[in-house]
Formats: sequence, C-alpha cells, structure tokens
Amino acid sequence: MSIKIALAGNPNSGKTTLFNALTGSNQFVGNWPGVTVEKKEGRYKGDKEIEIIDLPGIYSLSPYTLEEVVARNYLIDEKPDAILNIIDGTNIERNLYLTTQLIELSIPVVLAVNMMDILEKNGDRIFVDKLSEALGVPVVEISALKSNGIEKAIGIAAEEARKNMAIVPKHSFSGPVEHAIAHIEELLLHDMEERYQRWYAIKLFERDDKIQRKLGVPQDKLDHIENDIKSCEKELDDDAESIITAERYDYIGKIIGTVVKKHKTSDTLSDKIDRIVTNRILALPIFVAVMFVVYYFSVTTVGTWATDWANDQLLGDDGWNFLGIDGLFIPGIHAAVGEFLESIGCAEWLTGLINDGIVAGVGAVLGFVPQIFVLFIFLAFLEGCGYMARVAFIMDRIFRRFGLSGKSFIPMLIGSGCGVPGVMATRTIESERDRRMTIMTTTFVPCGAKLPIIALIAGAFFGEAGWVATSSYFIGVAAIICSGIILKKTNMFAGDPSPFVMELPSYHMPTIGYILRSMWERGWSFIKKAGTIILLSTVVLWFLMSFGNIDGQFRMLAPEEIDSSILAGFGSIFAFIFKPLGFGTWQLSVAAITGLIAKENVVATLGMTYGIAELADADAGSDYWAILASSIPAIAGYSYLVFNLLCAPCFAAMGAIRREMNNTKWFLFAIGYQCALAWAVSLCIYQLGGLFTGVVGFNLGTLLAIAFVVGFVYLLARKGKAEAREVVMA
Amino acid sequence: MRTLQDAQIGETVTVAKLTGDGAVKRRIMDMGITKGVEIYIRKVAPLGDPVEVTVRGYELSIRKEDAKMVEIN
Repeated sequence: MSIKIALAGNPNSGKTTLFNALTGSNQFVGNWPGVTVEKKEGRYKGDKEIEIIDLPGIYSLSPYTLEEVVARNYLIDEKPDAILNIIDGTNIERNLYLTTQLIELSIPVVLAVNMMDILEKNGDRIFVDKLSEALGVPVVEISALKSNGIEKAIGIAAEEARKNMAIVPKHSFSGPVEHAIAHIEELLLHDMEERYQRWYAIKLFERDDKIQRKLGVPQDKLDHIENDIKSCEKELDDDAESIITAERYDYIGKIIGTVVKKHKTSDTLSDKIDRIVTNRILALPIFVAVMFVVYYFSVTTVGTWATDWANDQLLGDDGWNFLGIDGLFIPGIHAAVGEFLESIGCAEWLTGLINDGIVAGVGAVLGFVPQIFVLFIFLAFLEGCGYMARVAFIMDRIFRRFGLSGKSFIPMLIGSGCGVPGVMATRTIESERDRRMTIMTTTFVPCGAKLPIIALIAGAFFGEAGWVATSSYFIGVAAIICSGIILKKTNMFAGDPSPFVMELPSYHMPTIGYILRSMWERGWSFIKKAGTIILLSTVVLWFLMSFGNIDGQFRMLAPEEIDSSILAGFGSIFAFIFKPLGFGTWQLSVAAITGLIAKENVVATLGMTYGIAELADADAGSDYWAILASSIPAIAGYSYLVFNLLCAPCFAAMGAIRREMNNTKWFLFAIGYQCALAWAVSLCIYQLGGLFTGVVGFNLGTLLAIAFVVGFVYLLARKGKAEAREVVMA
Repeated sequence: MRTLQDAQIGETVTVAKLTGDGAVKRRIMDMGITKGVEIYIRKVAPLGDPVEVTVRGYELSIRKEDAKMVEIN
C-alpha cells in the first residue's frame, strides 16, 4: 500500500535539502493547481511505495498568505498519511510554533530536528527524548545536508502512518479559550469525526473566514459562537487571534526551558558578517560591489562570451575548435544543417523552414541558455548564503514606494543585460503580487538587444547624440516607477497587502550540489519553453516573412523581396495602427514585428526592407540612415524608438513571462499592458512633441494624446483602494 | 504608549500589546512577536527603514510602519 508523507516546515529549515536527499533525482516539480507556488512530489529512494510531497515553506497555518493556504488546504483536504515536520534546531522556538499547529490536525506527525551539528558547534544541546515526551510525537535528529538520520526519520514516519493513530495534542489553551472551543465543537462540529474537530474549532475561534466558508456555517450559529468568543476576549483582554498565538508561544517557551540547554553565546560568525554587510555606512557600497560582480560576470563578460559563442559558433555559422585545437573543427549547427540539407538535395523551402525558421529561431533563444546558467549560479549562491534577504532589507525603502519589493532590484539589473534571465530572476520574490508586478515591468529596462535600435535612431535622426541612449534608460526606469504606482492602485493588485515581516536567516556557505541543482531546475524550465511555444512562434513568423505573392505567383521570397511577403501585408494593416504614432510605414511596422523574434532584428529588417540588405548592420553607412531619416520626421523616429523599448519583448522573454506567470490570463494582461503603454507613450511623444516642433498640426491624435496625459496624471495621483481605506479609518 | 517604532537601536524592550488587525498583524505574531516577549533592536537599514530586531533567538526585519502596531513597555 502506498503511503503519502507530507514534508512541512519553516522556510530556511533545510526542507528542500531534505526533500532532495530523500527523493534523489526521482521527483516532479510543478505548481500547485492555479497558483505559482512550487509543488514538488517525489518517491522515496529507499522505498518506491512512499510518496513524498514537499509543502511550501511556511511559518504558520494562517489564512493570509498563499503558501500557507496552499499547505493547509492540502493537509486538511488530501489528508496525507503522515507529516514529517522538519525543524531548524538553531531556531527551535519559532519552528515549534508551526509544529503546535500541525499536531492539531490529528495527522500523525514526526519531528525531524535538523542542523544538530551547527547547534553542537555553538555549544547548545537539545534533549530530543524530553522534546518527544513534551509534544507527544516521535522526534528524530537529522542532518539533511549530510543525509544523516533521514532513513530513520522516514521509517518512523511510515510506521506512524501505518498506525494512523489520532494524536492528542499535549498543549492546551487557557480555561476561557478551552471553554469556547468546547462550545464551538459541540454546537457546530459534532457531525465531524472527533479527531478532526479540534483544529476546525480553533480556526473558528480565530474567526478564520476561509474555514467559516468552507464549512458553510450559517450566520445565526456564527452569531452564537461570536458571543462566546467575545466574552473570552473580554476576559483575557485581547482579540482571539492574538490570544491563540500568544498562548502557543507561551507553551513553547515553557517546554524550551527543559528541552534546550543554551550555551551563553558571544556573537556567532554569522552575526559578525552581518554587522559588516548590513552596516549603516558599508551596506550600500557592499551591495553595489556585489551587484557589480553579478552583473559583470553574468551580463558583461562570461555570460556574453558564452552566449555569443553559443549563438555564433555552436548554433550559428562560424563553427568552433573542440578544446581549442585547430584540427578538431566542429562546424556551427546552422551551417552544418544547411550543408547537410543541401547535400541531400532538400527542397529550398524546406531548407528555409528547417534552417532559417526552426534552427535559427530556436537557436536564437537557446543561445541565452549559457548566460542563464551563469546568472543562476550567482543567484543560487546569493539565495543560499542568505544575502538575498539582506538585499530586500537594504532596498525595501526605495522599491515599496512604487509597489515593488526590495528584491525587484535584481531582476531589473539583470534585465538591462537580457530580459529573459531578468524575468526569471523574479523567482526569488516570495510575494505573488510583488513578483507579478516585477515580471510585468522588468522588460521596460532597455536590454542589450535593444541597444542597436537606440544606436540606429540616435545615428539616423539625432547625429548620434548621447542623450538618446541616456533618455532611453530614463524612460525605461520611469515606465517601471509609473507602472508600479498606477498598477498597485488597481483592483488586480489591491488585495491583501503583502506583509514585509521577513526573517533574516543566518549566513552559511551553500553546497555546490545546492547551487548546481538550483541552476539546473531553473535553466531547464527555460529550455523546455524554447522547445515548445517559442518554436511554434518562430516558425509562424518565418513563414509570414518568407512567403508572398510576387507577379501573381505565391512563392518563397529572396531576402530582399521581403516587401512582397505576407508579413509586409500585415505590416500595412499595422501601419494604420502606428499612423498616429508617426511611423505608419509598412517597413517600420514590419521591423517592429520581427523584433518579436529578437530585438536585434528590428535593425536588420529595416536594412532589408529599405532594400539595402548588405547594410543590415547596426554600423551600416549613412546612406541607409539618410533613407530612414527622410521617410519620417525626427520626432517620429524617437517615438518609434520608445515604442520598441516599451512594447512586448522578444519571444524568448515572452516565454519567460508566460512561464513565470504560470497563468494565461496574467501573461496576456502583462503583454497587453506593455503594448498599450508603449502605444500611448509613443502617441504622446509624437503628437505633443510634433506639435511643439511644428511637424504635426493639431488633430484628433493631439486630443487623444492630451486625454492620455490627463488620464495618466489622474491614475498616478489618485488614491488607491488601500490608501482610501486608511483615510476613512483615520 | 510607546511602540516598537520609537525604540532606540541597542535597546531591549518588552511587548505589551499588538494593535491593528488582519494579515500584517497576524504575520508579526506568527513570527513570534507576541505579548510579553523581549525584543532587541539590532539596527536600522542604511536608508532608514526597515529595522532589524532579534526576537526568540533569530533575526527579523520589520518596517517601521508595521512596527507601530507593536506597543512596548
């Protein structure tokens, strides 16, 4: 008979390490239904009959955070056969707080006390026999890192699961509380199996509205128990939730005295590190230095070398020498596939589809993989060693002003190199709301691939003026800040405020295994995406770009014939949409669309569509710039630049957004928002800028632009729902 | 009534009561800041907010705005 064991514990208690040690490679990572909280399941290495479910790391079973709701719904609805509760021995007091709640569920609980080695090094001791006796559940000492004691822990958990005895919690609350709980059980829960009554009764006592709804308690009975709760609150002079929480901690405080022997500690190494790293004066310089190192390696140097190598040599046309030895030349995949297809006499259109559509398209995306891996090594290290929590601590003040988290800084910094790893770096943000907001705004930062567009516009229209690039970054940052302020006031982001009451875990050296595993898990999810949705998108776009009607004949086109392609036809339609923005030519429209494959394509496509294919480089001669500059006014050129900076990113980044949102509606909202914002801002720039410079007359577009500006200012300045409530309360 | 927001760095204070309601209050309590517990104020973030405190043997970061909910003796 198969047994389900749920792994529960606080964040940073070593739960993930334990899960990996128990399941080995034998695991499945997904998301809990409907939410982006990670769901991991696996089978125990030593006994395939034992299924292990890794619950999200939680501090409590309150109804307020997503992770806690996911965990407790799983525990009360699915009723696993046992709970293995992992406890950080160095932080036992707070860890046991969750334990007191788990025990009340009446599912067999086994306690695994982790990090005993660190505890002993500090000179502390935990008497596990006494702890077991006090709590009434088995307690095992383990070291998840060294895999010590984990077989024993899982063995006992399986044994307890088979016995399936109802646990009777050894802790009780004070008289008035117990009285009220007994009354609630009697009045509302007598139909329920007796062992499960207590947990529900406590939740009803706490006025947990999610449980009230789940049980469908009628209003008159709620009013009835409300009287009991009120009289209890009056007697103990506090509200129900506070009473329960405080009494739990008081109970733990009592048993801790007999169970733990604490050595009088001077400062630990972690304390000493922290004193320097988050020092009032040194914190910011250290933060800048750390960010510089991460950026320098994953964006400027190693990551870019790896990406360029992957794009040009491995996947592209240039080829490479194995281990750098001259004789061992290995051609690039694009070139090799091309030659191969030619040698077997493959039809021209099929060669085009395979090589220019699939290989080049997916290759452009897979080329980011090395860079992503480099970045994730750094992020895994920062998270694993405990610095990431300090990043939030240091940056929180700035970012929360516009509805983001202190941790939003890292995705945005990375996003200035490439939006794909930038979006994926949002993984480190716990709050669902902050994460979504960060995902939506990260790609506003001009990434590396947008630089050629900036160079082109600056060169063609503004005599290579430096302010064009500077203003691009400024607009990107302004878009983030304004979006944050506007979005946090909308209903979508209003909801429960995400509490920023955050544990700052002790510093410790993460293991190589942890870093590599974390890197691989995140990188792999990106590779999978490249193989599916991005593949499809690039093939479709390639088709639209490469086929068309020429002289009444539908056929494949040469690169310079792109103006006859189906895409050019679409371009004319889109040109209509872009007309009020000042760049309503099909060439510019098509170029913007091909930018969806990769932003570099915008420049290349413009080269092709203006009929100068050989000049399709960013450093092309001024002839090409002159043709471009003569086609639209300078203000429209700037409007075009801004549109490309803010609109939907490339397929690779959209794939990353889709993956991180894990929800089609949110994905479409993010892309739609980005495009709409890009359109509105470009419109304002062209219409109002054009009006001032005298290029554009007063027209319907001007009115629309003025309306946008007014609406924008209103959205920025209006009171949000949360703020409005505060005002009423005050 | 003094609140945690008013406490000085290096000070050790005892919690008298928690005010307010909802998610943030519950979270503060879940993290171990309950009536009667001792809190040591370790430091303030470089930009003046949030503060880092030691409670029940571990380090916790809390915004000054939320610290207002914690009344101290």
